[in-house]
Amino acid sequence: MSLRRMLLAALPLATLAFAGSAQAQGTIRIGMTAADIPLTHGQPDQGFEGNRFTGIPLYDALTAWDLSRADRPSTVIPSLAERWESDANDRTRWVFHLRRGARFHDGSEFNADAVVWNVRKVLDREAPHFDPRQVGVTATRMPTLRRAEKIDDHTVALFTSEPDSLLPINLTNLFMASPTHWEALRQRHPNAEATWNAFAATPSGTGPFRLTRFVPRERAEMTRNDNYWGERARAERIVLLPIPEANARTAALLSNQVDWIEAPAPDAVPQLRARNMQIHQNPQPHVWPWQPCFLESSPLRDVRVRRAINLGIDREGLRTLLGGFMQPALGTYPAGHPWAGSPSFQIRTDKAEARRLLAEAGYGPNRPLTLRVQISASGSGQMQPLPMNEFLQQDLRSIGVNVEFDVIEWNALFTNWRNGCGHASARGAHAINVSFSAMDPFFSLVRFYDSKMAAPTSNNWGMFNDPRFDRLVSEARNAFDPAERDAALSRLHAAGVDEALFIWIAHDVGPRAMSPRVRGHVQPQSWFVDLRLPSIQ
Amino acid sequence: MFFYLIRRVLYAIPIALAVGFVCFMLVQIAPGDPINAIVPPDAPQELVDQVKRDYGLDQPLPVQFGLWLMKVVQGDLGRSLATGRPVWSDLSSAIGNTLLLAAAASLIGFIIGSVLGGLAGTFRGTWIDKLAVTSAVAGVSIPHYWLGMVLVVIFSVQLNWLPAMGAGPGGSADWAWDWEHLQHLVLPAVTLSVIPMGIVTRTVRGIVAEIMNQEFVTALRGKGLTRWGVFLHVVKNAAPNVLAVMGLQLGYLMGGSILVETVFSWPGTGLLLNSAIFQRDLPILQGTILVLAMFFVALNLFVDLVQTALDPRIKRA
Repeated sequence: MSLRRMLLAALPLATLAFAGSAQAQGTIRIGMTAADIPLTHGQPDQGFEGNRFTGIPLYDALTAWDLSRADRPSTVIPSLAERWESDANDRTRWVFHLRRGARFHDGSEFNADAVVWNVRKVLDREAPHFDPRQVGVTATRMPTLRRAEKIDDHTVALFTSEPDSLLPINLTNLFMASPTHWEALRQRHPNAEATWNAFAATPSGTGPFRLTRFVPRERAEMTRNDNYWGERARAERIVLLPIPEANARTAALLSNQVDWIEAPAPDAVPQLRARNMQIHQNPQPHVWPWQPCFLESSPLRDVRVRRAINLGIDREGLRTLLGGFMQPALGTYPAGHPWAGSPSFQIRTDKAEARRLLAEAGYGPNRPLTLRVQISASGSGQMQPLPMNEFLQQDLRSIGVNVEFDVIEWNALFTNWRNGCGHASARGAHAINVSFSAMDPFFSLVRFYDSKMAAPTSNNWGMFNDPRFDRLVSEARNAFDPAERDAALSRLHAAGVDEALFIWIAHDVGPRAMSPRVRGHVQPQSWFVDLRLPSIQ
Repeated sequence: MFFYLIRRVLYAIPIALAVGFVCFMLVQIAPGDPINAIVPPDAPQELVDQVKRDYGLDQPLPVQFGLWLMKVVQGDLGRSLATGRPVWSDLSSAIGNTLLLAAAASLIGFIIGSVLGGLAGTFRGTWIDKLAVTSAVAGVSIPHYWLGMVLVVIFSVQLNWLPAMGAGPGGSADWAWDWEHLQHLVLPAVTLSVIPMGIVTRTVRGIVAEIMNQEFVTALRGKGLTRWGVFLHVVKNAAPNVLAVMGLQLGYLMGGSILVETVFSWPGTGLLLNSAIFQRDLPILQGTILVLAMFFVALNLFVDLVQTALDPRIKRA
């Protein structure tokens, strides 16, 4: 049989195959970057991709991120709590007024008992349903929450270890699982651990989707919850597929095996566009920086040097290198963000001013500045660390700065981040390149600027210590009126920019590609998306 | 033969211990911390300490290894640090998927390699021989993950003939022997088959050429046997060695398909190991490597026994 005949014979088979795999109407198949389905018991792993795909769609928290708009930063809005206030007589006590009529997927009612039960699942080691596996991914995101008390069926009090105005933001991470469903499963399983495993296979939250099929490591299928308390989802079904390899994800989209992929391979974007695929991007609350060391031995202790480096970087050139998939970072928050403030130091590219500042600090042709930076070759949220850092190395040479890299494995770099720049693991580095999420002010500002957060307590790797910043942090955490809190955070952020406490380089833009058949997707300025909005033709 | 079998099974015990120990130590000396599978690296130290206590990761290494070993002896491979699921439940489905892929790749590699090798050995020095040798060299030289990507670009992206990833339209859990599912197997199996194909080609070529020069072949020809008749005798003499090589290749494919399974998102042991490595999921790593090592040992034993059955001159005692 000739090759031509063989190909002709194969065509009907291929056609049949595709007819068989045609998707039911309203099913959106999503290729995730994760290698496994994020945990479905209510506190997902796999970083914020977990919250995005098995947290927010299946569950609700007391508070939520507004993901309905692409043209402004995402802010915290009511969810299962309709409103809340801090107790003026005891600032460690918050009162949350709960939404009436919300029900879990098993039909049971969401109420104050459910909130207390869910707080205890991660904070009360004596609780019968306490699950150590959920502690790690939850407690770190609510560092001051200590306990909950029922006031009445629809009102609950939450207590923090210290006054903390950031609690409502932190609570977006505590998803409400159904106590009734868990207790029913507990009757059939020998212990809490086994019960939580069973719960993960048949989860029950209050979210806009319910899990209808779960194949570990391969797929999760979520069907629209028609009894959802809020606006119902447009798509009937969402199928989640873990495809960790970027080229495989891209090929899956191009071959119509999925309708939506996270983080397409950058090189494939022109091809995706040529095939009429939609490419969505929007700046995320994510920062890709060099974090300076402030010890005596570090040249970055001098604010003039830090400002010079910030001015010496050609961020637009870096954006070109990345095919447009980054946003220049001119601070942790961009201008216009509620917490950006009005810094007097304007971060921009001004190499002449950078050279002048370096000369003022004593560096020049006769005494070049050499910086040693610890970086990784890969890592979650690290974008493309090697080419990006090599670009910076070449770029900064133009202002007389020599950069040396200490490239180490991503997990080791992360571990070093907790050790501080005075630790042996820093190996004399003057800066470290670890990207971070800026959704929550604790993680974007407090843990870096507060002297109490110096390593190894938290991620103040540079051992920054300035009483003025400690006061600003305290003001922000004690500002309980939302407007006052935002103003205090703005002052803290602006002060950080003025002191150039980071070398701010890039924000990720969370690129995702999808079939032209997907309609209604909104790409918010957030790590998350609202899966209620898209539909498929 | 019975005592030989018992002895070989007993040999597997120290191998299992050594594999378990080496795997355990490799994970310990690798950069990073297994606790990162459970808590984010920016977690407060007291939380990290607490979770380490919960998981027994605060114990000295010999104690951790001993505890793991005691559970393994009782048939419990532990639970994944990342998901909490029993290691065996993830591993058993992954092994099934990898076995399917490895068997398909071995079959393709074995058939094509045997044909090419047989032709090359029979027609040594001709263009057929050169073509087969070139194919064999290409097979063992081309990085198979690269070949996989090229095949995906051609057959999935450009021609839209075959799926680019996965183990079926609904995942491997509802695998069926129909074209809708089998088409998912084609590209990864072909990709994975090139190395065994190359090795089998070279092996068969060498063995066939050697046998063809032996006196009994001349005698067979002198007796007037047809070329086909001679070929059957050659095949029978070559089979034990080829089988041994193919058995080892199947073993390698079981554990050596990490990159191919990742490229095709094939939910086998390779993909499982890949994610476990990145997550520092110690129990999954240890359990998977231990089971694969035992599979390799069992496969070797099986091949030995089949070799003996095929060629009575080989004595196992």
